[in-house]
Amino acid sequence: MFYREVGQFKSTYAADMAVFPIRQDRIGILVLLAIAVVVLPLVSNDFVLTSILIPGLIFTLAAIGLNILTGYAGQISLGTGAFMGVGAYAAYKLANAFPEVNLLVWILCSGVFSAGIGVIFGLPSLRIKGLYLAVTTLAAQFFLEWCFVRMGWLTDYSSSGAIEAVRRTLFGLSISGPEADPLTRYFVVLGLVVFLTWITSNLVHGRIGRTWMMVRDMDIAAELMGVRLLPAKLLAFAVSSYLAGVAGAMMVFFWLGAAEPSAFGITLSFQVLFMVIIGGLGSLLGSWLGAAFIWALPVVIKFAPGLVGIDVPSARVEHVNSMIVGALIIFFLIVEPHGLARLWAVTKQKLRVWPFPW
Amino acid sequence: MFGRLGLAFSVASVIAAVLPPISTAHAEESLYVPLLTYRTGAYAGSGIGIADGMHDYLEMLNQRDGGIGGVKLALEECETGYNSQKGVECYEATKGKGALVYNPWSTGITLQLIPKAGVDKIPVLSMAYGLSAAADGKTFPWVFNPPMTYWDGASVAIKYIAEKSGGMAKLKGKTIGYIYLDAPYGKEPIPLLEELAKENGFKLAKYPVPGDKMQDQSSQWLNVQSDSPDWMIMWGWGAMNPTAVKEAAKIGYPMDRFIGVWFSGGDDDAKAGGAGAKGFLTLNFNGTGANYPALADIKKYVFAKGLSQVKGEDRIGENNYNHGVYNSMLIAEAIRNAQKIAGKKMIDAADMRAGLETLNIDAARIKEMGLEGFMAPMKVTCDDHSGENPVYVQQWDGAKWVKVSDWIEPMTDKIRPTLLADAKAYADKNAPWPARTEACGGR
Repeated sequence: MFYREVGQFKSTYAADMAVFPIRQDRIGILVLLAIAVVVLPLVSNDFVLTSILIPGLIFTLAAIGLNILTGYAGQISLGTGAFMGVGAYAAYKLANAFPEVNLLVWILCSGVFSAGIGVIFGLPSLRIKGLYLAVTTLAAQFFLEWCFVRMGWLTDYSSSGAIEAVRRTLFGLSISGPEADPLTRYFVVLGLVVFLTWITSNLVHGRIGRTWMMVRDMDIAAELMGVRLLPAKLLAFAVSSYLAGVAGAMMVFFWLGAAEPSAFGITLSFQVLFMVIIGGLGSLLGSWLGAAFIWALPVVIKFAPGLVGIDVPSARVEHVNSMIVGALIIFFLIVEPHGLARLWAVTKQKLRVWPFPW
Repeated sequence: MFGRLGLAFSVASVIAAVLPPISTAHAEESLYVPLLTYRTGAYAGSGIGIADGMHDYLEMLNQRDGGIGGVKLALEECETGYNSQKGVECYEATKGKGALVYNPWSTGITLQLIPKAGVDKIPVLSMAYGLSAAADGKTFPWVFNPPMTYWDGASVAIKYIAEKSGGMAKLKGKTIGYIYLDAPYGKEPIPLLEELAKENGFKLAKYPVPGDKMQDQSSQWLNVQSDSPDWMIMWGWGAMNPTAVKEAAKIGYPMDRFIGVWFSGGDDDAKAGGAGAKGFLTLNFNGTGANYPALADIKKYVFAKGLSQVKGEDRIGENNYNHGVYNSMLIAEAIRNAQKIAGKKMIDAADMRAGLETLNIDAARIKEMGLEGFMAPMKVTCDDHSGENPVYVQQWDGAKWVKVSDWIEPMTDKIRPTLLADAKAYADKNAPWPARTEACGGR
């Protein structure tokens, strides 16, 4: 009824294999984009922009990055936080060394460095599998964090040990640094995240994505069918770390404004991992939903009582917050172990056949 | 479907159970002071006392005097969990409500707020923590770190050691150990300590403690045991403090040669060492115990009325609690000062900045506040936003802190040039750093 596909004929293979084969989906995506570009900026105040939308988008990108590795290629990683850090420090060094080049160029380049580091730490993945691989990526996490603390060169020998967002402009508008308007930052972040999601979508729907999924489902079978495991796995590590690195750079420049090494700690890795698991492994939509759920929900719970005029001690809100989010995570994992993306797929199927139950 | 409904109901009932009844609307005319605190997470052990102290002193002014200058203070706590992400969230959520001043209570959050302070025109008060270089008022007109910086503290520790050893010249050939949290906070005093070591001919042995290994310091203390330094200095926070005291007691290090910074002086930190902690020294800038008229008023007007979150009456007067009281005292005095300068009761954040910059608390005013003996007279100037005020040394007697030294002045002549150079380096790195446009003395 709502999702009636009757009358939608496909006359080419390209149309049949499109990412959004159903017309309603295509319209829906455009409507969502229109909401993100037009409606949200109009109705959001600075707080919603800086505390929900901008970080939500940045975490979405990080979650997509991890989803490539864990969801599509089946390699568990606990080093996302550190790879984000590599991107952030790389962008900081590059932006300071070459101030005349536009910041966006360096944000996009910073991912290359984290991709390189990711490939190095991805090398053991050929021999080590599953949980054991998680341990080696955990080593990456601790090693890189140690570098952020100890290598003064990374912070230009700052006595505080932290990196600060440099002041940069785009078309005369301030996009980074304390003067940057939240709305401008939102548009920059939205543009980058949508662009990179689009690129990634093409990647995972093509030959490379299929290779990754073969490796994930059964690597011996994949090898027998001619997939070279090492390049496939390393490419997954590279793409995943690239996206994480770009997200890390955006985190410092467009959201936090400054970051000390502990901002890229193991908790950040877990935060992103939870987003991927809750959102749905092996689904780009899931990355978006997971990031929205894990990031936005606690913020809303934290500040909602104050907005409606209820006075609750801040620590109690924090405790209740952990309880609610924890309960919801368990709830979702029991009701739908494949994540929010699967929940949406089920809903969609129901809508297609509605009012009939099957 | 029922499962989901059931969950919705249970969530709703959890919320309903923990929420107190809807509070009355804030008074129409009030000064809004957001308090960024942490009562959860790994640093809650230090944070809870501070949060209580900050809230209770200001609430006491509300209850006893009806606020400051006849205007009530609207207090709102926002939980940061010592986490930079949440700190920024709290800042963004509260700045639009007319916030007068921010107290981040975390070096990481302070560093994020420093560039924002000048743009949003809201002062940051990082009391004896944060960026030491921010004491340069010419570069950082919106950031304040009274009553002193970490460098001042480190210099006082060396001065105290010299005094006990019989003069600076006697330091030659000695070894001084420095155990610190391996984070910006603990690394801050190292340049100064190294300079003093070179100048006075003592050896500085460094023992970094990684932030995620705070509760396991056996390897560091094994090294201390083999190096056997003549004195130990510590820069610790949260779980690092009690662990270090325990380990020092275990290896039998002489506790009266072990000096912590003011943030290592929590009562629970020292209690962790049991009887072995007796003799442990820390720097401090506020009195301990509740034997002051102002703290008695907190008990009478806040605790007795059930307006405080503090766990028990004996917690009032603990060192961390009193740090919080000192912090709130600075806020309250700055507001009072700002009202005087602006000539009106309802001040804004810009007035508050002027109030902080011309803060001058003399002995008469300390007595008037009911805090005689709690603190030394202190002042902040346009050039010097920390004031480099004196510090004293206190000792744990097994049950409470006892003051064992006079107020010791920091080595200002040593610190000031390094500090200005550091401020300049910060401004250069964050170019174009806005030049100061605010006039000195008033607005």
